Amino acid sequence: MAADQLTAAQVADGVRAGTRKAADVVERHLAVIAEREPEIHAFNLVLAEQARERAAAIDAAVAAGNDPGPLAGVTVALKDNMCTRGVPTTCSSKILDGWKPPYNATVVDTLRDAGAIVVGKTNLDEFAMGSSTENSAFGPTRNPHDTSRVPGGSSGGSAAAVAAGFAQVSLGSDTGGSIRQPAALCGVVGVKPTYGYVSRYGLVAFASSLDQIGPFTSSVADAALMLDVIGGHDPLDSTSIPQPHPSLTDAIQQDVSGLRVGRITDLPEGADPDVQERLEAAFDALRAAGASIVDVQVPAFTFGLTAYYLIAPAEASSNLARYDGVRYGLRTEAADTNAMYGATRAAGFGDEVKRRIMLGTYALSAGYYDAYYGKALKVRRLIHDDFERAYQQADVLLTPTSPTVAFKFGDKGDNPFAMYLCDTYTIPTNLAGHPGMSVPFGTGAHGLPVGVQVLAGTLQEPVMFRVAAALERSMEAEATA
Amino acid sequence: MPERITTADVAKVARLARLDVTPEEIDRMTSQLDGMLGHFADVDALDLSDVVPMTQPFPLVNVLRADVVRPCLDREEVLAAAPAAEAGCFRVPPIGGEG
Repeated sequence: MAADQLTAAQVADGVRAGTRKAADVVERHLAVIAEREPEIHAFNLVLAEQARERAAAIDAAVAAGNDPGPLAGVTVALKDNMCTRGVPTTCSSKILDGWKPPYNATVVDTLRDAGAIVVGKTNLDEFAMGSSTENSAFGPTRNPHDTSRVPGGSSGGSAAAVAAGFAQVSLGSDTGGSIRQPAALCGVVGVKPTYGYVSRYGLVAFASSLDQIGPFTSSVADAALMLDVIGGHDPLDSTSIPQPHPSLTDAIQQDVSGLRVGRITDLPEGADPDVQERLEAAFDALRAAGASIVDVQVPAFTFGLTAYYLIAPAEASSNLARYDGVRYGLRTEAADTNAMYGATRAAGFGDEVKRRIMLGTYALSAGYYDAYYGKALKVRRLIHDDFERAYQQADVLLTPTSPTVAFKFGDKGDNPFAMYLCDTYTIPTNLAGHPGMSVPFGTGAHGLPVGVQVLAGTLQEPVMFRVAAALERSMEAEATA
Repeated sequence: MPERITTADVAKVARLARLDVTPEEIDRMTSQLDGMLGHFADVDALDLSDVVPMTQPFPLVNVLRADVVRPCLDREEVLAAAPAAEAGCFRVPPIGGEG
């Protein structure tokens, strides 16, 4: 994080104390948006007037002696698959173009209650299916570090929004790496918490046993603050974990001395040398900070990609059955309901979404269920159990986030599997339900950002954040040396 | 592992998925799905007979809530987002048809 940048906590403290106006914070971000958004296309929708009104209300509350909350005046961008009442929520799909949800996602209400200000809805790969935002029906987002390259995906708009300074923080969703991979490619912090850590009520479902909401931020401290605010049980999400989470803001005050950092010796190959070099530097930095490095094995890691590309499409084919032209979104008129369903879905979904619906429907269909979906669920168990064994020996595991730095548009061509390989290192964590985060750790080829991924066991966010904070501190020390 | 996927399989799956596809799409999807399922060979080689399937990561069962009346979505607001509505209901063309 650049020295002239404020943290979310600094902004909120200033606004709460009355020494900083939320209105000024918003205007500063809107000015950056006006300047660079035409080139970046991070947003499907910028909510300038709504943000200004909200800032005025927060400043008025402070003037009246009220406390707007721990994120007072903090600007936030929301991935456009989170429902916002009366405000279009598209999932970057033609099938939901123009739809205005009749309710807010829980995270939207929680952020508002904490004093945050939503500045816009960000672009994504259609229904969060992709690793580059090239699958958006509304055109791709460009990487702020090099606009000839992708920002990653699927939460590419949210990652780019923070990297470009359009918002202090943003939210994304991560089903197989959709927060961590774009965070790595855009040089920001991105966290996928433990499954159930954050309410998913109002997050448009992709693969319900894998989806999780998490933040993008410029610093580890901001990510901690965001999760401290949005984490916790929600009666409206029956999969949310019914227990309070310890403060991550407190956790990052602790150093890493005595922690065991695992190196996965049987990790699938494929990371570029520049990325591998940064991973080695991260191990060195943690060793220097007092952690010990231990070798562990996660044999089933290598089967993650295959299992994921049966489980996630199977769940998606079921979840996306609701887009049928009856209750919301696009309808293509036809003589009867079946003809209408088929025509509406053909017109409304893009190629990648269709491909996954087909794959998932096939994997679940009679005669193939046991051979594909059933086996994939067993592999999922192997992956989970292998991780659990590794976490007996190590407190956290360190891997690359993405095998490469940001790639050029069109680089993956027409081969879907080439794109899927972007998520080799992120997917197994989702299958296990564990937390993972990407921390910017210097640059690789072409001077582009490289992220290092920190993984931990169920609800081990505190230790994961301690390690992330240590990596960040070592980068800051390097920068000022 | 099942046989290679055919265009007839793909056409059938498209009907199950309620997704109209063109002949060109069927050809393209057949080769893409076949390619992707080909990657499943490594998993197919594993002995998984004693492994319990894992359907979800957090062992929550029977999550119940108190049976208490609470506000629900506003009907007019919901119907306003529908492609067609009439008399407080979603309006659709005649039910059924081929498929």
